[in-house]
Amino acid sequence: MSIDGQTTPAPEEPAAAAVPATRRAVIVGGNRIPFARAGGAYAKSSNQDMLTAALDGLIARFGLQDERIGQVAAGAVLKHSRDFNLTREAVLGSALSAETPVYDLQQACATGLETVVGLANKIKLGQIESGIAGGVDSASDAPVVVSEGLREVILDLHRARTLPQRLQILSRLRPKDLAPLAPGTAEPRTGLTMGEHQALTTAQWKISREAQDELALNSHHNLAAAYESGFFDDLMTPYRGLTRDANLRADTSMEKLASLKPVFGRNLGADATMTAGNSTPLTDGASTVLLASDEWADARDLPKLAAVVDAEAAAVDFVHGKDGLLMAPVFAVPRLLGRQGLTLADFDYFEIHEAFAATVLSTLAAWEDEDFGRTRLGLEGAFGSIDRTRLNVNGSSLAAGHPFAATGGRIVGTLAKMLHAKAASAGRPARGLVSVCAAGGQGVVAILESL
Amino acid sequence: MADTYTQMVNSNLGRSVARKLGLPQPAVLRRYKSGQPLVTGPVVVVGDTPGADKLAAELLSWDLDVRRHAVPAEKLAAIILVLDELEHPAELERPVLAAAGSLRDLQPCGRLITLSRPAAEASSPHAAAARQGVDGFLRSLAKELRAGATGNGVLLGNGTATTSPSVLGAVRFFLSARSAFVDGQFLSVSTEDGALPPDPDRPLAGKVAVVTGAARGIGAEIARTLHRDGATLVLVDIPAAGDQLASVANEVRGTALQLDITGADAGQRIIDHAVQRHGRLDIVVHNAGVTRDKLMANMDQARWNLVININIAAQLRINEALLASEYFRSTPRIVSVASTSGIAGNRGQTNYAASKGGVMGMVRATAPLLATAGGTINAVAPGFIETDMTARIPFAVREVARRLNSLQQGGMPSDVAETIAFLASDAAGGINGQVLRVCGQNLVGA
Repeated sequence: MSIDGQTTPAPEEPAAAAVPATRRAVIVGGNRIPFARAGGAYAKSSNQDMLTAALDGLIARFGLQDERIGQVAAGAVLKHSRDFNLTREAVLGSALSAETPVYDLQQACATGLETVVGLANKIKLGQIESGIAGGVDSASDAPVVVSEGLREVILDLHRARTLPQRLQILSRLRPKDLAPLAPGTAEPRTGLTMGEHQALTTAQWKISREAQDELALNSHHNLAAAYESGFFDDLMTPYRGLTRDANLRADTSMEKLASLKPVFGRNLGADATMTAGNSTPLTDGASTVLLASDEWADARDLPKLAAVVDAEAAAVDFVHGKDGLLMAPVFAVPRLLGRQGLTLADFDYFEIHEAFAATVLSTLAAWEDEDFGRTRLGLEGAFGSIDRTRLNVNGSSLAAGHPFAATGGRIVGTLAKMLHAKAASAGRPARGLVSVCAAGGQGVVAILESL
Repeated sequence: MADTYTQMVNSNLGRSVARKLGLPQPAVLRRYKSGQPLVTGPVVVVGDTPGADKLAAELLSWDLDVRRHAVPAEKLAAIILVLDELEHPAELERPVLAAAGSLRDLQPCGRLITLSRPAAEASSPHAAAARQGVDGFLRSLAKELRAGATGNGVLLGNGTATTSPSVLGAVRFFLSARSAFVDGQFLSVSTEDGALPPDPDRPLAGKVAVVTGAARGIGAEIARTLHRDGATLVLVDIPAAGDQLASVANEVRGTALQLDITGADAGQRIIDHAVQRHGRLDIVVHNAGVTRDKLMANMDQARWNLVININIAAQLRINEALLASEYFRSTPRIVSVASTSGIAGNRGQTNYAASKGGVMGMVRATAPLLATAGGTINAVAPGFIETDMTARIPFAVREVARRLNSLQQGGMPSDVAETIAFLASDAAGGINGQVLRVCGQNLVGA
C-alpha cells in the first residue's frame, strides 16, 4: 500500500558502523520566571534580562554558583541582531562560571524543547556532563526593522568614500523607506498568520467552539490549582513583581469564554471559532532546565526527576496545503512511539503545547481518525486516543501564556516534576509525552520517563 | 554605614557644634571584618583569683598584649574584671576601684568585661548579694562608657572555670568588633561544653546552616555573615520573595529553598533539602518574621494570627521536626530572632510582642531537650536596627528610638548577624536557653 504520508521504515539490517555506547541524560529540575502578557510587567525587560533571571534562579535553587556547566543552550524566536550571542551574554551576567560554553538555537516555538533534546543527546554521548537548556522571548521588546530601501542606503553610505557619492546615495531615499517594519507572525510563504493557518485546520477537523473553550477553561483551572497547591514553588522564581503567570484567569468560565468574539478565521463567518480566549496571547518570559549525567548529579547530591528518553522532529508541507501549519507533531509522535515500541496507552501524562486550543484538538482528532491513520500514518487504522484526564494536568500555554522559545523549558520542567511525583506515589516508573508545534510547519516531540 | 547624624557629629565641625549644644555624640562603631585583629591594644585583666591568672595566661596564648596591672596613661583595648570568687559585697571594692583608674585610658570602642557567677546559684546571702551587685554595677558602668566602648558580663555557672570553652568564646565575642552593638548585657555559660574553633576567622567551617527569611534585611545579612564564617547555607523564604532569595543565595554560594514556613511539612522539607544536598544539618536560624502593627483596640483576627503563625507557631512546629530528626543530633544549634518588644513591650505591637515573648519562652523550654543531643538553642533580641522596616518609621519617632540607648545610635543588621553567628558556633556550646539582647543597651526594658 502506498502511503502519501510520513513513516519511518524499520532498518532492514543493523548499522555496520560501531555506535558509541550511550548513557542516560537526567533532568535535575527547572526554573522559569512567571510569564507576563506582552506590554505588561516585563515590557522594559530584554531577552537577555529575562534569560539571566531564569538562569540565576536555577543556579540559586541548585547551588550552581561558579559551576562550569558542560554547555548551556538557549534561544529566542524574536531576536535582535545585537543578541547574536544572547545565551553567552546571559551566562556571563549570571552566577555561573564565565568559562561555561554555550550555543544559541532558533527553531521557532520548538526552540526550548530542541535545546533539551540537543543537550540530552550530548550528555548521552558523553560529550558533556551537564547542560542547561532554555529559551526566552519578549513580544514587548521585539526588534523593529528598517525598510529594505533604507537598509540598502545605510550600507551603501558606509561604503561610499566621497561627499558627492554620499549625496547621490542619499537622494535615493523615499519617504516610504523611513517607515519601520513592524514584526509580524505571518508565514513568509503563505502570508497567513499562524492563527489564520490554524483556523483552516480547525475547520478541516471540524473542531467545535465549545470543545476549544472547554480546553481553555481546563488549562486555566488546572494552572490555578497547581499554583494553589504550591506546585510551582520549586519551578519558578518571581521576577519584576510577578509571582504568577499574568495571563492566568483562575475565575474564567465557559460563559465568559463563550462571550468572546472570534479573532481568527473570520472569513468563515458563523463558522469561526477561534477567540482570544482559546488562543495563546503574545507573552514575555524565560525558562531553563538543568540536565546532567547520573554521575554529575550524584556527585553534587542533586535530585534526579526524570530521564530524557528519546525525541523526534517532523515537518509538514503546509505551503501547498497538504497539512495544517501546526500539525507536524501528528506525524512525529507515531514515528517516535513506533521506534520505542510504545502506544498512547503507555503514557501517564501528555503535555501538548496549546498554541491554540484547536491545535491540540486537531492533533487528537487526526490521531483518532481511521482514514488518516491508514493513508497518512501508514497504520492499520487510527493511531489512537488519549485519556483526556492525563492531558496538560497542571495547565498549559492557554493559561500560562507562550513566550515562544520559553515554552519547551516550561513543559519539560513541569512534566519532569510530575513524573517523579507520580512514580513515588504509584510505586512504578511513569512516562510522559511532550509535543510542541512550531512555525514553518515544524514540530518536536519527546518522551520523558520518571526516575 | 553610620546614620547621617552620626556621620555629622563625627566630622570636625559637627563634633564641636554637638559638644557646645550638649547633643548626643554617637561614635562610629568598630565592626568586624575578616582577618581583623581581635583587639588593637593591651588588655588588662583585673583580679587576683586563680581564675583570673588562668584567664590571663589563656589570653597571652592568643598573642594578646596582656597586663595584670594597668600602666598609667597607656591606652587600653579592654579591661577584664574577674570577679569569680566574690563572697561578700565588700570584696567588690578592690577590683572595681582598680579598674576605675583605667577607665579614662580605654580606647574608643574599647571593651569592659566582667566575669562573675549567677546570684541564683549562690550558697549564702552574702555571696548572692555580691553576685547580684555585679549586675547593677556593670549595667551602670556600661552607661558611663563613651566613644563606642561597651560593657558586658559573662556569668559562670557553678563548676564552670574561667577558661572553659564557652567562657573563652564569650570573652572573645565581647572583646571583638563582632559585638559592636551588644552593650550592658550578661551571657550565662552553664556547662563546660563547646570548643574554640581552630581557625578564628572561619568558626563555622564545615557546618550546614539554614536561615529562614533570608531574602532581605537582617536575614540576608545573617546569610552573608554565616557564609563569611565558613558555613554552607540553605536559604529559606516565601515563594513570592524568590527573586531576592535567589540573589542572596548566589551571593553566598548557597541554595535557595522557596517555602512557606507556616506549612505543616515545612520542617521536614527543610531537613530533606539540607540532607539531600549537603548530607547534614547543623544550624537553624529562625529569622523569618513579620509585623502587623495595630493598637489592640483595633486589632483584627487576620493581623493577630498572621504574626503569631509566622513568628512563633512556625518555629515551634519546625523545632518539633528538627528534634525528631536523626540528622539533627550532632551538636545541633538553633538560634531564634526575638525582639526587645517582647521584653519591654511596644505600643501598637501587642501581637508582635506576644510572638516574640513566645520565642523567648520557647527557647528556654527547648534548651533541655536539645542539651540531650549536645545541642543548644538561644535567641537574640534586637533593639533598634537600621533596616528597610525601621526606615519607614516617621522621622521624629525614628530619631528618638534610634538615640535611646547607651551607644546613641541604631544597630546594623550585621550586629544581629554577628551575635547569631557566635551563638551558632562551637565556641558557644556551653550557652543554652539564653536570650542575648543586641540593642546598644536600650534604655527601656533593660
